[in-house]
Amino acid sequence: MNAWVGVILRVDLAAKTIEREPLNMKDAHDFVGARGLATKYFCDEVDPNVEPLSPQNKLIYMTGPLTGTGAASGGRFEVVAKAPLTGTIGAANAGGYFGPELKYAGYDGIIFENASDKPVYLYINDDVVELRDAWGLWGKSVYETTDLLIAECGESFKVSCIGPTGENGCLFSGVLNDKHRAAGRGGMGAVMGSKKLKAVAVRGTGSVNVARPVEFMDALVDARQKLKEHPVGGTGLAVFGTQVLVNIINESGALPTHNWRDGGYFPEADATGGESLADNYLVKNKGCFGCSIDCARVTRVPDGPFKSEGEGPEYEAGWSYGANCGVSDLAAICKASFLCNEYGMDPITLGATIACAMELSEMGAIPESDVGFKLRFGDPHAIVNLTEMVGKNEGFGKTLALGSYRMAEMYGHPELSMSVKKQEMPAYDGRAVQGMALEYATSNRGGCHVRGYMTSPEILGVPIKVDPLVTEGKASLLKLFQDLTALIDSLGVCLFTTFGLGLPELAAQYKHAVGTDETDEEILLKGERIWNIEKHFNIAAGVEKDTLPPRLLREALPSGPAAGKVAELHAMLGEYYELRGWDADGVPTDLKNKELGLANEA
Amino acid sequence: MSKQLLVNPKICASCRTCELMCSFGHTGTFNPRLSAVNVIYYEEALVSVPIMCMQCEDACCEKVCPVGALSRDENGAVVINDEKCIVCKMCMSACPLGNINYSPILKKMFKCDLCNGDPKCAKFCSPGAIQYVDPAESLDRKKAMAEKLKDVFGEEL
Repeated sequence: MNAWVGVILRVDLAAKTIEREPLNMKDAHDFVGARGLATKYFCDEVDPNVEPLSPQNKLIYMTGPLTGTGAASGGRFEVVAKAPLTGTIGAANAGGYFGPELKYAGYDGIIFENASDKPVYLYINDDVVELRDAWGLWGKSVYETTDLLIAECGESFKVSCIGPTGENGCLFSGVLNDKHRAAGRGGMGAVMGSKKLKAVAVRGTGSVNVARPVEFMDALVDARQKLKEHPVGGTGLAVFGTQVLVNIINESGALPTHNWRDGGYFPEADATGGESLADNYLVKNKGCFGCSIDCARVTRVPDGPFKSEGEGPEYEAGWSYGANCGVSDLAAICKASFLCNEYGMDPITLGATIACAMELSEMGAIPESDVGFKLRFGDPHAIVNLTEMVGKNEGFGKTLALGSYRMAEMYGHPELSMSVKKQEMPAYDGRAVQGMALEYATSNRGGCHVRGYMTSPEILGVPIKVDPLVTEGKASLLKLFQDLTALIDSLGVCLFTTFGLGLPELAAQYKHAVGTDETDEEILLKGERIWNIEKHFNIAAGVEKDTLPPRLLREALPSGPAAGKVAELHAMLGEYYELRGWDADGVPTDLKNKELGLANEA
Repeated sequence: MSKQLLVNPKICASCRTCELMCSFGHTGTFNPRLSAVNVIYYEEALVSVPIMCMQCEDACCEKVCPVGALSRDENGAVVINDEKCIVCKMCMSACPLGNINYSPILKKMFKCDLCNGDPKCAKFCSPGAIQYVDPAESLDRKKAMAEKLKDVFGEEL
């Protein structure tokens, strides 16, 4: 079998049965792998109206055809379930070492069904697969759980697990692997927790083969070379990590401040950026499996009130706790971000939810007695303390654990949740980067930056530079980026490969790995098919229409390069639907379904 | 003078690309367990060490082999002749560095053979933590030290 190992594990957590079944090769061909393939399995097997935290929701781990091969940055896998935060299809992607290890153990993916009556974890040691008792792990942090499982199973095991927030149903808890890598967004951790599944520990000694070894070697040498030579993929991310974006986005007037209330420029941004992180707290770079970018930061705050260590923070987490909360203390931002990994939750949503609570508190909409202290923008202790409270499920932390939309709605101001489909938008203001506005509104998993990453052309000029302030041309560019992103996530390679690689390099690795002679266009069409099947699920699940928070549509940016701008969504959305072959309500037409072979999904 | 692999744990990013490329170069499949180089990560010390055969001049593996299956090739690598090897694993016990490996899958011994003078581990190491250098010309570390002394004692330019 080429690029695949050809086996899926099906685990019924209620009946405690484990079955091996052959990978559906037709679906693997049509939906590529990882994100696309898991979504196809999910849509075939689960009612779109399933309650996300009920036993009927399923949780799928899936690798891609390039996972565990030497493809550039080919170490990723996907976790898919219906997302409790958004009610959309939930698909969260992670790097690290876990995905390849699963494949070396002999499994392309795992489908978890139903719920266990007591805490369990799945033990996989090549062909020995067992559900084991996890009472001793319940309540433990991600770090503790990982250490305990490695002590119990053996030091070569790789662990994917949830923290206490996943057990407690926090709607933005993630599934973390190798301690610091997260399938972070949408609440995959809460789904896993609702099934009383604490972890998966895996050790594999098998091989992954490719169809055409000689050609595959040439393709990966070419891809790795191009990535290495690229200013962002080769040096920028390696030297400063993703936090290098802080100053770049701030200079573009696109760094949202104070819950997006006060424009896109944060005067103290430099203190929170990648350069400052490298100067003060960076210990060393780290890379995920098979990756040459090495963007991960091993960081340590050596002393002071925020003494801590971990990995990160990533740009979006740094922003959500930083500029968005008006906090310029990088040590506090680091600590809050590390705590999110430790407790197993998404720092983008939590930082943004705290920012929303800060605005509501300053308005008087949230009484001080509810929070327990006077909550104001700019307070570094508040971001750390509130993160602890969510982690421990204490006091006001229980409210924050619902995410900003449900919290703001409770206090009578849902319009102040800076979210799309109830998931918080990350660190790029759509008023200053118009394509990002369209990306947020149309993302299949709610507010998100990795379902297209229009910042790349609009701000960074990769692969081409376009004006971030205009709406012309954005719809077609976004469609291309969304389809390409769906393809990349499904291949099992990192999205950051786009800082150096395009469709030809990615398609070459795919073709020689699986042994296909499809054209680049045919391969990209699979990305479009994946985008559309996600959309079908969301429509069937009754997800709200594509729009943005009123603040982006009505309140103009006060200053900076984009002063006076609102997000001109109406100027792009119709064109976008038309380019997608969808009707005016954003529903795929019969013609498009037929073209993509999705007639049965509609 | 044959070249030598040198490792620099300080900058190794633990990506394990060396393991992937080693196994692919030798077996045509991707499998870290079939790699002659392995990266060991020490979490507390925040350091990762790539480790592989150092091609000892006085090679215990070669000496202990009862059938003379180990010999030195033109690149200075101690290589295993699979035709002669009886897989007794004596070399595994003899190696003071633990760099002779046995694969239960392939049922054979394997070790670093310097990829015929073009070691993949060094070639694909992105941060440059594994380097393949001529030891006679390997002045990098001396130069780095000399640079510091120059800064201390040199005239300001």
